[in-house]
Formats: sequence, C-alpha cells, structure tokens
Amino acid sequence: MTSLSDSSKIIKPRPVNERYLDNVFKWTAQIFALTIALVLIWITVQVAIAAVPAIKQFGLNFLFQSSWNPVKSEYGVWPAIYGTIVSSFIALLIAVPIGIGVALFLSEDYLPPSIQRIFVFLVELLAAIPSVVYGLWGIFVLIPFLKNFTPLKGPGMLPAALILALMVLPVIAAISRDAITNVPESLRQAAVGLGATRWEAILQIMLPAASSGIIGGVMLALGRALGETMAVTMLIGNSNKVSLSIFAPSNTISSLLTNQFAEASGMQVSALMYAALILFAITLVVNILAQVLVKRLQKI
Amino acid sequence: MINHQSAKQTEAVIKTENVNVYYGNFLAVAGIYLDIAKNQVTAFIGPSGCGKSTLLRCYNRLNDLIPSFKLQGAITYHNQNLYAPEIDPVQVRRRIGMVFQRPNPFPKSIYENIAFGARINGYQGDMDELVEKSLRQAALWDEVKDKLRQSGLALSGGQQQRLCIARTVAIQPDVVLMDEPCSALDPISTLKVEELIHQLKENYTIIIVTHNMQQASRVADYTAFFNVRTTEKGDRQGYLVEYDRTEKIFQNPKEEATQQYVSGRFG
Ligand SMILES: Nc1ncnc2c1ncn2[C@@H]1O[C@H](COP(=O)(O)OP(=O)(O)OP(=O)(O)O)[C@@H](O)[C@H]1O
Ligand SMILES: [Mg+2]
Repeated sequence: MTSLSDSSKIIKPRPVNERYLDNVFKWTAQIFALTIALVLIWITVQVAIAAVPAIKQFGLNFLFQSSWNPVKSEYGVWPAIYGTIVSSFIALLIAVPIGIGVALFLSEDYLPPSIQRIFVFLVELLAAIPSVVYGLWGIFVLIPFLKNFTPLKGPGMLPAALILALMVLPVIAAISRDAITNVPESLRQAAVGLGATRWEAILQIMLPAASSGIIGGVMLALGRALGETMAVTMLIGNSNKVSLSIFAPSNTISSLLTNQFAEASGMQVSALMYAALILFAITLVVNILAQVLVKRLQKI
Repeated sequence: MINHQSAKQTEAVIKTENVNVYYGNFLAVAGIYLDIAKNQVTAFIGPSGCGKSTLLRCYNRLNDLIPSFKLQGAITYHNQNLYAPEIDPVQVRRRIGMVFQRPNPFPKSIYENIAFGARINGYQGDMDELVEKSLRQAALWDEVKDKLRQSGLALSGGQQQRLCIARTVAIQPDVVLMDEPCSALDPISTLKVEELIHQLKENYTIIIVTHNMQQASRVADYTAFFNVRTTEKGDRQGYLVEYDRTEKIFQNPKEEATQQYVSGRFG
C-alpha cells in the first residue's frame, strides 16, 4: 500500500490554520467566561469581607431588627427587607398580567404588521428611559395625581411600586413576546385543527409552551425590581419603619444603601455592606428558584 | 378542461365546486371539482407542490390561519357551504379533524395531548377510558401505557405521529384529513396506521394525502391525481387531473399523465 498525498485523498483533511483558529477561539471564549465568573466572585468576596465586622457584631439579629441608628450603633434591616420584597411583589402583581397581555396583543395578528412593529418599538423604548426620569415623573406627576383620591400624603410604597411596575413592564412584555412568537406555529395549527378557539389555543397551548421563557422574563423583571435604586429612592419616602399600609413611606435595601453611603464610616459602612450582601442573597435565591421552576416546567 | 367526476355510488359528504385557492395573488390550486364519498377513503396523490396539502386544509378551514389565503368557489359539507359567512370555523374543525404532514404533539404529557382536544370539545365521559381507547386505535397503547405522564415530545417521530392520530381520533370527528400521516413512520407502524384507517372507515370519512403509491392502492377506495402546470406568468399551478375509483386510477386510467405517475414513470 502506498501512502496517499493530501491532494489525492477523497476526504480532504482540515486545513491546519483553520484548526489553529478554532483553538484560539475556544481559548479566548473560555478566558472571557472565566473572567466573568471571577469578577462576580471577587465582588462578592470584597463585599463579604467588608461586612465581616457587622456580621460578627449583629449576627442574624441584623435581619430582624428595625432600628437603624448610626449614632447609637444600632443597625437592623428588617424594614428595608420588607420594603424591598413588598414593593417588588406589588410591582410584579401589576406588571405580569399587563406585560403578558401586551405581549399577546403584540404577537397575535390584531394589528397590521407595520403598526405592530411601531408598538413593539415603543414598548422597548420604555425600557430605555433612565430611571432618574421615572423618579422625576413620579415626584411631579404620579404622586400629586395619586394624592387626589388616596390617603397618600407624599412619597410612599404605592408610588414606588407603581413606578417599578412601569419600569419592569417592558422587560416582561418584550421577553414574553419573544417567547410566544418562538412557539412553533404548528402547535397553534394542531390546537386549532382539533377545534380549539383562538383563546383556547392561546391560553392552553401557546402560553404554556412559552411559559419557561415568560418565567425567565418575569424573573429578570423581579431582579430588576429588587435592585432598582434611583427611582425607588426618589419615591418611597425612605422611612425605616414597617407599615402595612401601602400609602405609608417605606424603604428598600438599595435605597438604604444610596442614602447612607455618602456619609457613612466605620461600623456603618460594614453594616451597609452586610445589607448589600443580603440583597445579593435575595436576588440569588430568586434566580435559583426561577431556574428550578423553569426546569420543572420544561419536564412536562 | 373541467373534471367533474363524482363518487357515483355513495353519498357525497363533501363537495368541492370549482374551487380556486390563492395565496395572495398566486393561484396555487385551480378549478377543482371533487366529491368525497361518505365512509370511504379518498387518496390525494401527485407530485410535490401540486397543492394536495393546500386543498386538504381548505376542508377544515385551517387555511384561515394564513393571512394571504383566499378561496373562490364552494366547498359544501352535508350541503352546507363551509365558507358561508355564518359558518363558525371552530365548529367545522370539530367535525373535520386533521393529522398533519409533520408530527406536532403538544409539549404536554401523552395523556394531556389526547385529553386537550376532548376537553375543549366538551367531552363528559371517562377521560382515562377515552385516552386508552384512542391510543389503542392509533396502535400506540402498548408502547406508552406505562408512561402516560411523560412528555409527548419524548417519543420517537413515528410514535409522535401516532399520538397525533390518537389525538384527532379522540375528538370523534366525522371526517379525518390526513396529510402524509406515514411519511415519518417505519413500515410496521405504517401498516398499523393503515389498519387503523380500515377500521376508522366504518364510522369516518377519510381523506389521505400520500406519496406512496402502494399505500394509496392499499387503503383508498377513491384516488384523486393532481398535477402542476406552469402558467404563462411562470407560476406553478396545481390542478386535478383525474379522480376515480382507485382500481381504475391504478389499472386503467383515462389520462396518460396518471398512467405515468402511478407507474413511477413520471418526469
Ligand atoms: N402558506 C403559504 N403561503 C404561500 N404559498 C404557499 C403556502 N403554502 C403552500 N404554498 C404554495 O402552494 C403550492 C402548493 O403547496 P402544497 O403544500 O399544497 O403542496 P403539496 O402538494 O402538499 O406538496 P408536498 O407533496 O410537497 O407536500 C406550492 O407552490 C407552495 O409553494
Ligand atoms: Mg403537502
């Protein structure tokens, strides 16, 4: 047997430089991925180290105490945790149904395609408004408006939650719309072919098939709501008291951080770092829950 | 040329009268006259792109989902014009079920795939019983009886298609439209589906699109041969060449083109 030269082989070998490029690409991609992970870990470690004095001093009590008094060195973030969770929860309660509704409206053929594209663009534009503008609008328009017919006296939980809802709405609408339009048309045909009405097909087939994408969007929105700082700080009233009324001023962890960091020192800084760590933990838990939920849904 | 060849002996369930189908300005299928006989199997054969699926989807108004779709002429079902303004397409589809060219089970459990259609059609009886019966009819029961709660998407392509058949049978339609139901099946499942078609014939009227000549001659009582011609504008237009009893089409067709197609000597 004679050995074949490269040009006479039927299946040509891959060019060496192509293989080489492939390897370079693979390694660059891996380095970037690793860098992202390292930055995340590094930030967490730094925050955690800065929080150590406060963790040592207050332990888990920090989570359940309600007073925040740097003068007496009393620190507790319970009101801020409460405010963070409640404001985000109310925001989602409003934004999820509306967002999915908008997504459906913009994915079905109710509008001529050209007008539909304009609407899709407008919704996406909502997400591009800087949060300080939302805050200003809240102060000068929303709060005076709400005062007319609610017991609201000024900044408080309600306007903050409403603005949050408005801010996360485009996230939910845009991602849900993508998820819904990505459901294969053949599924709608199958449902309709079995005698489903348009809404039976949408509610029982299309939405469930898009549910993992929609939940992903909702979780992203929740993450944004939990961490949103500027607009909420401007509207929530920054009061470190737990009040069940949505008309009362409240606080969130991120507004606590913005309000206090500038003039904080010593143990106060450490306490704020501890609070930041808690916010981080909350978002982490939310994300893990989302993953679990999505996995669970995909199994069926 | 007009082909008005009706199913002579038996009562016609569906009548197609001078039907033209457009997608936008494109006349995809032209001048169809075709009567579908009750409780018989009618096969649609013809080269790819001649409009078999298009015509089939007209019978249960599934083409309504395509915005550019337009139909001229009349399709009547038990003497009611299916395209009359007062007709609810949803009701049409409940009577005239469809199995698609590509298997498209819902991303739900096997059980739910079947229960969905039955439920929206207001089925009141024992759902477990219906699911089992439908799966047995589609020759799938033995393969899935222990995993009814698993996703329909986890089945093989051929199993998925039989699941889709079971799902259609479960709504107990009057007419079943099948668009190449066996194109993704192995020979054994194909035979099972053909057996199923034989059984279904007692209670249902069936129209089946197939590229498999043996299959058409095995299952169909009537066969319609479609072809495409190129118009002056350069469009490819589907039309009905010949429609008759299957034996006639396969053994003694009137048209030269039919003869060539069924014997595999087609251009
Ligand atoms: N949704 C659509 N929009 C525009 N044109 C279409 C559409 N569906 C089908 N057509 C056109 O209509 C003609 C008939 O298509 P159809 O799918 O009915 O053919 P067919 O006979 O089923 O072919 P095959 O055997 O390959 O399935 C083709 O020219 C096709 O390009
Ligand atoms: Mg087809």
